[in-house]
Amino acid sequence: MRLTLGPLELDMSFAIEEGEVVALLGPNGAGKTTLLRAVAGLVPFRSGHVRLDGKVLEDTATREYVPTERRPIGFVFQDYLLFPHLNVLDNVAFGLRARGVARKAAVEMASEWLDRVGLKSYAGAKPAELSGGQRQRVALARALAPDPRLLLLDEPLAALDVTTRAEVRRDLKHHLDSFEGVRLLVTHDPLEAMALADRLIVMERGRLVQTGSAAEVTERPRSQYVADLVGVNLLRGEADHGSVRLADGHVVAAAGAESGGVFAVVHPRAIALYRARPEGSPRNVWPGRASSIELLDNRVRVRIAGEVPLVAEVTPAALKELNLVEGGQVWLSFKSTDVGVYPA
Amino acid sequence: MRRERAPIVIVVLAAIGAAFFILPLVGLVVRSPWPDAITELTAPETVEALKLSLVASLSATAIGLLLGVPLAWLYARVQFPGRDLLRAMTTLPMVLPPVVGGIALLLAFGRRGLIGAWLDSTFGITLPFTTTGVVMAETFVAMPFLILTVEAGLRSMDRRYEEAARALGANRWRVFTRVTLPLIRPSLFAGAVLCWARALGEFGATITFAGNFPGVTQTTPLAVYLLLETNPEASFILSLVLLLVSLVVLVGLKDRWLGSA
Amino acid sequence: MRTRILALGAAAMFVAACGNTTAATSSSPAPLSGSASVFAAASLTAAFNALGASFRSTNPGATLTFNFAGTPTLVTQIEQGAPADVFASADTTNMDKLKGDGFTAGDPKVFARNKLEIVVAPGNPKGINSLADLAKPGVIYISEGPTVPAGKYSLQALRMAGVKVTPKSLETDVKSVVTKIELGEADAGIVYATDVTAAGSKVQGVAIPDADNVIATYPIVAVKASKNMAVANAFITYVRSTEGQTKLQSFGFLSAS
Repeated sequence: MRLTLGPLELDMSFAIEEGEVVALLGPNGAGKTTLLRAVAGLVPFRSGHVRLDGKVLEDTATREYVPTERRPIGFVFQDYLLFPHLNVLDNVAFGLRARGVARKAAVEMASEWLDRVGLKSYAGAKPAELSGGQRQRVALARALAPDPRLLLLDEPLAALDVTTRAEVRRDLKHHLDSFEGVRLLVTHDPLEAMALADRLIVMERGRLVQTGSAAEVTERPRSQYVADLVGVNLLRGEADHGSVRLADGHVVAAAGAESGGVFAVVHPRAIALYRARPEGSPRNVWPGRASSIELLDNRVRVRIAGEVPLVAEVTPAALKELNLVEGGQVWLSFKSTDVGVYPA
Repeated sequence: MRRERAPIVIVVLAAIGAAFFILPLVGLVVRSPWPDAITELTAPETVEALKLSLVASLSATAIGLLLGVPLAWLYARVQFPGRDLLRAMTTLPMVLPPVVGGIALLLAFGRRGLIGAWLDSTFGITLPFTTTGVVMAETFVAMPFLILTVEAGLRSMDRRYEEAARALGANRWRVFTRVTLPLIRPSLFAGAVLCWARALGEFGATITFAGNFPGVTQTTPLAVYLLLETNPEASFILSLVLLLVSLVVLVGLKDRWLGSA
Repeated sequence: MRTRILALGAAAMFVAACGNTTAATSSSPAPLSGSASVFAAASLTAAFNALGASFRSTNPGATLTFNFAGTPTLVTQIEQGAPADVFASADTTNMDKLKGDGFTAGDPKVFARNKLEIVVAPGNPKGINSLADLAKPGVIYISEGPTVPAGKYSLQALRMAGVKVTPKSLETDVKSVVTKIELGEADAGIVYATDVTAAGSKVQGVAIPDADNVIATYPIVAVKASKNMAVANAFITYVRSTEGQTKLQSFGFLSAS
């Protein structure tokens, strides 16, 4: 159950291993949905290939192309696209009938699937009569009923309101786990990605930026996008035995920096703020201006503009003591041991 | 909430416009010899004309669907060189005077026509003066209505449903019959009804191409025209029949014209 | 001084006008003016167009417009109020109807007669030489509708000759029949001898022996609602005059009696 995707206009290349649920994560416009549709055969490649279980689905080099309808895939669309003129049962049975299953058998199997997603009593209803969450379940059952080898989900929870989302996410996870084929989903919601997937592939502007488990990606972000998602400061530069030289020339003291191109991560919590230049052991000390102060729950995020723009996190009480307002001058400091360094 | 009152100028002009249409229809209703209606309508020639009209117009609609839907699909979905020209040509009968259409049909399918000559010499088939000729004339003038309506329907439907069907394994034929056609059913229906109504009322092309003979080519509009000279009362009644049929059709299709609520 | 010259000029003009009688045909001393509409049977098309032209050249002040159609159609039009001044019918039945319904002024007068003739394509490819040949298999015979005079006469002739044949189409007038023969859509029809002449080389005629033939009588009358009785009557007189009759016969019509 491997899926390899060669480069296309989006310039991505990755493989999905057996038993993996992979989430394509990225900001809107990154090309995630396009990629998904390309895998399904709905969008042409400029160059590249798609192989599933060793069989070529598409290969521009050899001009092979298996049309969408002959690919063993199941696709859950963002808007579900349940056929409005068919009832729920016929919707779920559609894929089976399309693949030649006799009417009676198809209806039976569709019924079973409806039961599995808990919608047995809605078999005769029209999609318009269902709620968003129910439609999502029907869409899933419809895609899974023909027993595909590859399940593709396009922003599966995006169309739901926040309250329904959590519940449906749990359900979806359960169904995904019990599915045996390759599972590839696309989302812009990191929470969704981390909850549903084993591995994340981060995509930005058509390019693969980072891949790894949720833990790996969040601990070692390799793009500003992920860093922002996770909420850490990300710097990039050349390591030189204990320090990292940034592109603009600034030097950050980082214990553990050896050599070569590196990312340097500093958690906002590790940054301390002062009204005056502090004296002490931390090696990284410099001035800045508080460009924005944001109160979240029980912490405060302060954006510091200056030589090296960073985000610091302090408690509301600390902020009060500092007597800091937006635009105010401030000094920050953090220890070199608080800087996480890893190869770029 | 104040109801908006229509400006007086608009009301007056609209009233004149309405009168222009209503008066002739009212005139027809009032002047028709109602007591004789049943006898006129059951006279053999009238019955033949009505029967022929029904058969021919339904046949024309069936052919219109068979040939028109694929054309509409091509226009809506496929880019090919000359598409705009072809579409213009297949829409032309809508604006051509029907007699001109009849003449064109003669030149193509008449005994000395482009195809007609070959049909005559090879199979001995002549199309003028036959019921087939009537169906051809009616199809010629009525099919464009169907093509336009169906093309509009195809263009406005959400094509992602077709993608969803393909992703579920449906081949192109299944996508077309199980997804596309059901989704454009309102347009199909409206197009077919318009086609049928136009075919029913066709006169100029029919009399020019197919001729006029009771039971074979004398459709109701032809009968009305000829009865006007010999038995005007009967022609009034027959006109009323055609009028009522058309009225029912138009009222029934009101939602399609104006967009359903 | 000037007024006297003016008066003299006016007198001179007046005298000149009075003395200027039109030459050939008009019996009326004053010149005709205005327009008149002539509704005539389709079979009179060529002949009446020619008569109209010569009428106009001798009566430059009068304008004639012609409306040619099947006779029953014309009757319906006149009775429904179409503006006609003269009506020339291809049979007496239609004329009697118009008169009986009170639309005529004066008595209708017969001005011409016509004979029937079979019309076929040039070269007579289907070899039609008699009325009986119309019933040959493979021959497409068309006729005028039964209320059109030519159609009525055709049925009469066929009945008298004992020929049973069903036309493939009932056209609204003789011209339509001739057209369809010209186009090659039909093989044969029965029209007037004058129609065959009028179509020239585009068709060929096959004579019907007098014994089987039907003579059509053409009456002409002024329409009661005419707005220009003077021109209407003048035209009728012209049609019935020697010159008019000669012209009609040159088109193949038989004399009025």
